Amino acid sequence: MVKAVPPDPMIPRRYRVRRAWNEMEGVASVDLDPLDGPAVAFQPGQFNMLYAFGIGEAAISISGDPARPERLVHTIRSVGKVSAALAGLKDGDMVGVRGPFGTGWPVAAETGRHIVIVAGGLGLAPLRPALTHVLENRADYAGLTLVYGARSPDDLLYADEIKAWKSRFDTDVEVTVDRAAAGWTGRVGVVTTCLERALAGLDPANVSAFVCGPEIMMRFAVKSLNDGGVAQSSTWVSLERNMKCAIGFCGHCQFGPDFVCRDGPVFRYDRIAALMAGKEI
Amino acid sequence: MRTHGIEELLSEHPVFRNFDAETLALLVGCGRNEHFRPGDRIFAEDGPADKVFVIRHGDVAVEIATPERPPIIVETLHAGDLLGWSWMVPPYRHMSDARALTEIRAVSLDAECIRRKCDDNPALGYQLFRHMLPHMALRLRALRLQVLDLYGPERGLT
Repeated sequence: MVKAVPPDPMIPRRYRVRRAWNEMEGVASVDLDPLDGPAVAFQPGQFNMLYAFGIGEAAISISGDPARPERLVHTIRSVGKVSAALAGLKDGDMVGVRGPFGTGWPVAAETGRHIVIVAGGLGLAPLRPALTHVLENRADYAGLTLVYGARSPDDLLYADEIKAWKSRFDTDVEVTVDRAAAGWTGRVGVVTTCLERALAGLDPANVSAFVCGPEIMMRFAVKSLNDGGVAQSSTWVSLERNMKCAIGFCGHCQFGPDFVCRDGPVFRYDRIAALMAGKEI
Repeated sequence: MRTHGIEELLSEHPVFRNFDAETLALLVGCGRNEHFRPGDRIFAEDGPADKVFVIRHGDVAVEIATPERPPIIVETLHAGDLLGWSWMVPPYRHMSDARALTEIRAVSLDAECIRRKCDDNPALGYQLFRHMLPHMALRLRALRLQVLDLYGPERGLT
């Protein structure tokens, strides 16, 4: 059974780590099993606040399959004390979960269109639920293209899944890295260099783009999409800010008139374009 | 027939497609078809930059050699891209290696031939540089993003 909304958004529920595994150096994924009641449904692009008991809480995007909320998967990069504790979780450990919070990728509203997913680095994690949803409902969409950029071939997230996605005839996958040693036969260059090719042959008026990665990468990726004719009103990005309460009370994640935790993290780009061009917002 | 083929190929390329027929014919006189097998060295660092390539088909790795390590691929180029710009800048020596990752079909333009024609006909030179500069600017912008190392871990966060 799947429950739509948790009873109190400020009280963490206990989850047991069903399985934890390393994705690459400094990045791990955990599959969580609810202990305090049934699984909670989530939308692709939403996040949870994961609580490492006695250490602290961090906002982590949900990277699992939205059709299987009972297997709650998060991918975590170790960058500080809290995320290091979360990335270091072992099978059987306990963790607190609040959520899911925020807005998601509009996968349901964009049926019938060609979905272009542009991911940079760990930005693939919050996009994977959207990608999974589109793949599982592929007949509802005109097409699916993934453009993914990473630092190096060793830094490709979900490398095995990328191979599987590439092998599908109904999906275009373009992977590029910023640098590589000899022996790599794929592309080298930033994601923006792939977008012109990715859009070739598509009607830009029928493209909906979901973009996630470092903010500079998103800004330039949206510009390249725009140059290719994809409207800002058909482009969504996911923002990352330091979140605390996750329900728009504390103000830590204020972004202009919005709170990223409540009004985001997924925003339609035309709504925030002016802010994205601003400095230090 | 070959010259006609090169003219057609160049006239479809974004850099050359706005050239008038007379100007294009001048450039075609410097052109020839090229073919490389996977693994072939197309040019080498410090070698003479005596050609510029218009890639028609295939993937090319632009590499920088490093001591005691395999070379680092800094960029890959693909169908439609231009390979080589050192031919425009004295002392006309390549600053990287270029290697065919896959089978390559390309049109090469003889650099000395183009430079001589540009010297004789500054209007041609102006037109050539005006159309090549946006291509180079796109590559420069992409490389600026690349050196930011955007996907590296950020320290000091949660």
